[in-house]
Amino acid sequence: MPRMVELWGSPASPGIATGPLVRVGGPAPATRVAGAPGQERQALKAAIRQAIAGLNALVARSGEEGGEIVAFQIAMLEDEELSRPAWTAIEAGTPADEAWRAAVDEQVADYEAGEDDYFRARAEDLRDLRDRVIAHLAGGDNTTVPVGAVLVGEEVTPSRFLETDWTSGGGIVLTGGSPSSHVAILARARGVPMVVALGEADFVAHGAALVDGASGRVVLSPDDETVARFAVIVREAGERARREADYLQRPATTADGTPVAVLINVTGPDDVAGIDAATCDGIGLMRTEFLFRDGSALPDEEAQYQVYRRLLDWADGRPVTIRTLDAGGDKPIAGLTPVDEANTFLGLRGIRLSLRREDVFRPQLRALARAAVHGDLKVMWPMVTVPGELDRAAALFEDELAALTAAGIACARPRLGMMVEVPAPAIAPDLYGAAEFFSIGSNDLIQYVAAAARDNSAVAPLSGDVMPVIERLIARVASYGRERGIEVSLCGELAGEPAHIPALLRAGLRSLSVAPAALARVKAAIAGVGAGA
Amino acid sequence: MDEALITVLMVHEVGLHARPSVKLTKLAKGFSSQIEMAVAAEGPWIDAKSIVKVMATKAPKDTVLHFRARGDDAKAAVEALADLVARDFEETKRDAAHG
Repeated sequence: MPRMVELWGSPASPGIATGPLVRVGGPAPATRVAGAPGQERQALKAAIRQAIAGLNALVARSGEEGGEIVAFQIAMLEDEELSRPAWTAIEAGTPADEAWRAAVDEQVADYEAGEDDYFRARAEDLRDLRDRVIAHLAGGDNTTVPVGAVLVGEEVTPSRFLETDWTSGGGIVLTGGSPSSHVAILARARGVPMVVALGEADFVAHGAALVDGASGRVVLSPDDETVARFAVIVREAGERARREADYLQRPATTADGTPVAVLINVTGPDDVAGIDAATCDGIGLMRTEFLFRDGSALPDEEAQYQVYRRLLDWADGRPVTIRTLDAGGDKPIAGLTPVDEANTFLGLRGIRLSLRREDVFRPQLRALARAAVHGDLKVMWPMVTVPGELDRAAALFEDELAALTAAGIACARPRLGMMVEVPAPAIAPDLYGAAEFFSIGSNDLIQYVAAAARDNSAVAPLSGDVMPVIERLIARVASYGRERGIEVSLCGELAGEPAHIPALLRAGLRSLSVAPAALARVKAAIAGVGAGA
Repeated sequence: MDEALITVLMVHEVGLHARPSVKLTKLAKGFSSQIEMAVAAEGPWIDAKSIVKVMATKAPKDTVLHFRARGDDAKAAVEALADLVARDFEETKRDAAHG
């Protein structure tokens, strides 16, 4: 067994995981030594067959929409035309992986050279299927990670995260990445321990790892003593979780009896599957961009309607706030977001993109209008910068409502509100009078106020140091909301951190929306806040 | 051994993209005839059973597609393919979606 190595990165999602180490992300460079052409041919054939089998399994789990792009990948893999150049190269003595990579890259280059955004975006699907086959050639089945494994790599894609089974533990260790990346948000929501920005490290010799997501510590090949020591920490964390769980069943109130609404942030019906709706005050943020997951075909109106309706059914009369597509920034969507924007966080994202892409926006509005019949729906616009955007979005909504009504389709007008995440509305909330509610998105608000990119760990300390300014902005929006009777809540990551809760309540907030995994923790923290909040 | 030729206007909004191409090649593979497709009457002709080749045409909306087939079911093949294209690859139109 290799010697134990201890490494430190940035904490991204608390919790402790131990398990087998599984490398993910970019495949190892072609290092295969060529066998006889016959062997290489057999190896590539088998790898393609395994990749197809893996994709077929994924189709079954992807639903109709996500399944379409997988169906495309399967069709490509089944097409002899794709592998033809590889067979020729193998005959000439090239190793199978190198031959396959060259063959697919030829197609990738062709798609990337295209004029059309849609076809250019398919290059991503081809790279994905190329790497799946190469992973099979390398012997490791990269597509099915064993349950309870610690994933390690430069980066983990949201789709990789979503297709991994986290029900029996497991963790994530990234050499790059950032605690505010999308996967980190997902990890916190699902309670998956995660450490990022570890820097370059040699994982090759190690078969197991221990991840302490709260401190950022990663131990490779942990010895028995270390495993035992962490077992104690895990046990204590479990006891704390049980204590916090007592608060889960009760409405949240501060020590002096002030009620605070605690809602949850979700990406879809999967996130609420194991949650009793009675333990929260509804859904404070549903991020719809995950329905439009990279590599999938864009979901149509009907598919979206079904998802929204399921969430409203689950909430059983409690409010459900659904945010319209917030693509762009660090959430690019192939075929939708601009390909070569210089500064994506300051670019065409959120409502800006939706207002430009009515072909995508209108079906979403129709799905929302139809879903509104089934519960207390609130629709929220992301990245609102000027009041005119509220008017344009509302006008499109009215437009679709009228069309649905004319067609005799059941629909209703939900409350229409906005995210406060760009500094403009946080500074002058009174100018955004058309908004029927505000939800402060602290993650983006902090990065825009601090002018410090969320995905750049070099400027990460600024995000913490700018907090006094953020608290003032939050207080300003909360006080405006109180005066005018407009609901104000906060749905960013801040709300999930017990250390920040006293300050948020002091700023006047009485509604917080947090990752489901943080629900008990946050309620317990609220109960600990004393008088005067 | 039959030979058949047919042309059809493709009106699909984003052109011959992934989903239509999967449907088209799947349908073509169901026939024993050799089937070719072209985006211009003079060719070049490509194998309509190969999604790699079909996608590579990057045919946009309003392209006139040409199909030709040679084999026992040639006529049925080109007619079925033209029909699929004419029905806009059986994709539900935005406006028609309800339920």
